[in-house]
Amino acid sequence: MSEAKTLTKKDFKPDQDVKWCPGCGDYAILNAVQAACANIGTSKENVVFVSGIGCSSRFPYYMDTYGFHTIHGRAPAFATGIKASNPDLTVWLVTGDGDGLSIGGNHLAHVLRRNVDINVLLFNNEIYGLTKGQYSPTSPRGRRTKTSPMGSVDRPFNPVSFALGCNATFVARTIDTHIKHMTDVLEAAAAHKGTSFVEIYQNCVIFNDGAFDDISEKSVRDDKTIDLRAGEKLVYGKEHDKGIAMRGFDPQIVSAADADVWDPTRESSAAAFTMSALDQDPKMPSPIGIFRSVETTTFDADMSAQIAQAVQQKGEGQIKDLIYAGETWEVR
Amino acid sequence: MTKTQEPGAELPLQQQDSVVVRFAGDSGDGMQITGGQFTSTSAAVGNDLATLPDFPAEIRAPAGTRAGVSGFQLCFSSKDIHTPGDRPDALVAMNPAALVVNIKDLKPGGILVINTGAFNDKEYKKAKMADPYTDGTFEGYRLIEVDINKRVAEALEGSPLKPKDVQRCKNFYTLGLMYWLYSRPMQPTEEFLNKKFAKKPELAEANIKAMRAGFNAGDIHQMFQARYQVAKCTELPAGTYRNIMGNEAVALGLTVGAKLCGVKPFLGSYPITPASTILEAMAAQKHHDVMTFQAEDEIAAICSAIGASFAGRLGITTTSGPGLALKTEAMGLAVMTELPLVIVDVQRGGPSTGLPTKTEQADLLQAVFGRNGEAPIPVIAVSTVADAFDCAIEACRIATQYMTPVLLLTDGYIANGSEPWRLPKLEDLPDLKVNFRTEPEGFLPYSRDDKGARPWVKPGTPGMQHRIGGLEKAHLTGDVCYDAENHEFMIHARQEKVMNVRETIKTPEVHGDKDAELLMLGWGSTYGPIADACEMIRGKGHKVARMHLRHVWPLPKGLDEIFSRYKAVLIPEMNMGQLARILRSEYPSQNFLSYSKVQGQPFHSSELAEKAISVLEN
Repeated sequence: MSEAKTLTKKDFKPDQDVKWCPGCGDYAILNAVQAACANIGTSKENVVFVSGIGCSSRFPYYMDTYGFHTIHGRAPAFATGIKASNPDLTVWLVTGDGDGLSIGGNHLAHVLRRNVDINVLLFNNEIYGLTKGQYSPTSPRGRRTKTSPMGSVDRPFNPVSFALGCNATFVARTIDTHIKHMTDVLEAAAAHKGTSFVEIYQNCVIFNDGAFDDISEKSVRDDKTIDLRAGEKLVYGKEHDKGIAMRGFDPQIVSAADADVWDPTRESSAAAFTMSALDQDPKMPSPIGIFRSVETTTFDADMSAQIAQAVQQKGEGQIKDLIYAGETWEVR
Repeated sequence: MTKTQEPGAELPLQQQDSVVVRFAGDSGDGMQITGGQFTSTSAAVGNDLATLPDFPAEIRAPAGTRAGVSGFQLCFSSKDIHTPGDRPDALVAMNPAALVVNIKDLKPGGILVINTGAFNDKEYKKAKMADPYTDGTFEGYRLIEVDINKRVAEALEGSPLKPKDVQRCKNFYTLGLMYWLYSRPMQPTEEFLNKKFAKKPELAEANIKAMRAGFNAGDIHQMFQARYQVAKCTELPAGTYRNIMGNEAVALGLTVGAKLCGVKPFLGSYPITPASTILEAMAAQKHHDVMTFQAEDEIAAICSAIGASFAGRLGITTTSGPGLALKTEAMGLAVMTELPLVIVDVQRGGPSTGLPTKTEQADLLQAVFGRNGEAPIPVIAVSTVADAFDCAIEACRIATQYMTPVLLLTDGYIANGSEPWRLPKLEDLPDLKVNFRTEPEGFLPYSRDDKGARPWVKPGTPGMQHRIGGLEKAHLTGDVCYDAENHEFMIHARQEKVMNVRETIKTPEVHGDKDAELLMLGWGSTYGPIADACEMIRGKGHKVARMHLRHVWPLPKGLDEIFSRYKAVLIPEMNMGQLARILRSEYPSQNFLSYSKVQGQPFHSSELAEKAISVLEN
């Protein structure tokens, strides 16, 4: 490992041109990730960015770290192999709503349940961008696209609910235009031991422009979103006057004074799941922030620990022990 | 045990060179354990041997049906042998279904042991057959009738086991009987049972009691006219031996191969018949710093292995035909990113799910050509159980030295078969040490050495951050590049690198008659049947030569010249002639004759000999 020196955001920019469409939400995310990497204080050589296929998956080319742009949907499997092989590496996985939840849904589910110590960023723009505008597994029902001219009949995934259903240990959501919030969430994700899942509402300026405007526009954001902050009351609104509290199994809008305190460290993910589906009710604000953050053992640490334990119990294996084993006999 | 005490000592002891025995019964009858024990004991007494387990894909098909019949054939010999034998000298049928499925293979005049306790109308109905006592089924065989159900119950009278569990000792009674018939010691199996049931000594005791009862019955009940003996094999080359199964040999070879490369192995795999036992074996090698990962599917298995190679372990994945199909896209990525990777395909009957437990040389074309784009991959084929160890090391060598995925083909016949393996001397193992690049000065991710291989750099190495991926690479820098000339250049660079493997492989040896007009050419597990067939052909006064390919892609140098010496090259394959198809396109002027058999079973040496002789005579 090289001597730790203070790196800045700029140090993580490689000499490659970034080739996303002008105005794409990915630029803001790239900036925030570069800033987060600098703030965490990691060295460049110990970071690996892994991705699948899609606009978001070009991300590794734009980080001056190690990077692996893999095949469609399978990035979680590559990341698992990388992290298990060298737990000293900091592994980030960048995926999209199509890559992560459609072709790669299986792998995403399994990396989350295994709790491999990596950071998963799912850029959700509710559309297929790189293939030029077909509906995705997060497109709302009725969305008209090139392959759904009469409106999509698919019921969409809620990525946060999906991750919680997979028993992910860190689950968060942020918005590409909300830079401060995004940077805070990314740093919290990086600090978490285990799989950190961050859904980022990301605007596709070409094929689904303004998909999140109704909640993300500065003029409406405070009234239309609620930020889940550990140890703080579930309060929202420009005047901080509204709150959310559980009444029985149902969340209700209450006055700020009556709002519940949010605790993402609960062992049970039930409350987080309820919050993740809050905006199914159109009266409710859209939840962002940290839904869940619990500590438990990680897959990669357990894998290494078993090898260490086996070596301790049986001694370090030699080639001779492998070959000259079992019943042997001599022919003269 | 002294001679006078040995039951049956008064019977004439007939010496035999080789004996082929087949145990057959219901899937739940324990035939695989019985055969396995007979094998271990025969190895312990120093016979050469070869085995052919043959079991259904269903774990427990309805009892008594033909679908549920499980068999285990082995040949044990005082000679150097290559196959488990074409046809058994002795068949044990634990029930009517086992009889009806196997009787056609028994040699005329062969010994047929049946468990009469299971021969009744109810069982005939389950096996959808007529009463074999009435239709001449037994004619021409030496029929030995034993009511094993009853004898086991008698032998274990007073045992604390429930009657159902007593009946589960039937296979060891049978084993004991066959041990007596072929003069084998019971001690190795007694040790096995005591170890296996260390925590349930009543089970060990019952099975040992049943085995001894079977052994003694051979004498007491005077069923046989003779006992047989097969002497220790003295034809094997000198050395230390152990008995080994094919998949076990692959697992050992992969771990040893990685160690010789100085790299820790990572096996990403998904259970699939008949490859799963490689994953099981390597999962037990953790103290050798072997990391195994049972992935969520075949695709994740190979992708995790590629990730591991990127991170500096040696990525390995093991599978069978349907799994190889799923791994196709990821193999292309490994070609593009030029990372080492070993893919083991234990071939089984196809297409689709096909015949999961049966053997077939099903996937040669898939292995050599089955990817999108120009994606050359070296392909190595295992010829025998013991060869699996060497081939696995060879796969590790090529993968790391050429920075390429390598496909290692074995099949169900090799995977589950066993034979004595002459253990390599440690000092004879090659040094395959890998040098990871750590020097940032002048580093270019897609520069090439004299073999055409790019440098291997572990993430974590300072000053050498680089990005790789499936998009076309620029020569030297490895940056994404869509340039027309660069693409063609890189296509050729990857192709030439794989073709360069030919510089480090030998032209295979030709065995047999120098002036033969016919060459029998094989690859993979047809080695044994072809070797035996050539002996038979020469025994009948014909001339023949044989050659076997280990490297099926790229093909070794010098083949064209060898083929040109013969009027015809006969290629037996357990497929529709896949190697023949490749050779016809590579060497269009040669005369290749394909001999195809696609029955989920290995070739019989005799049918190969007949075919070759018919070619020679026409």
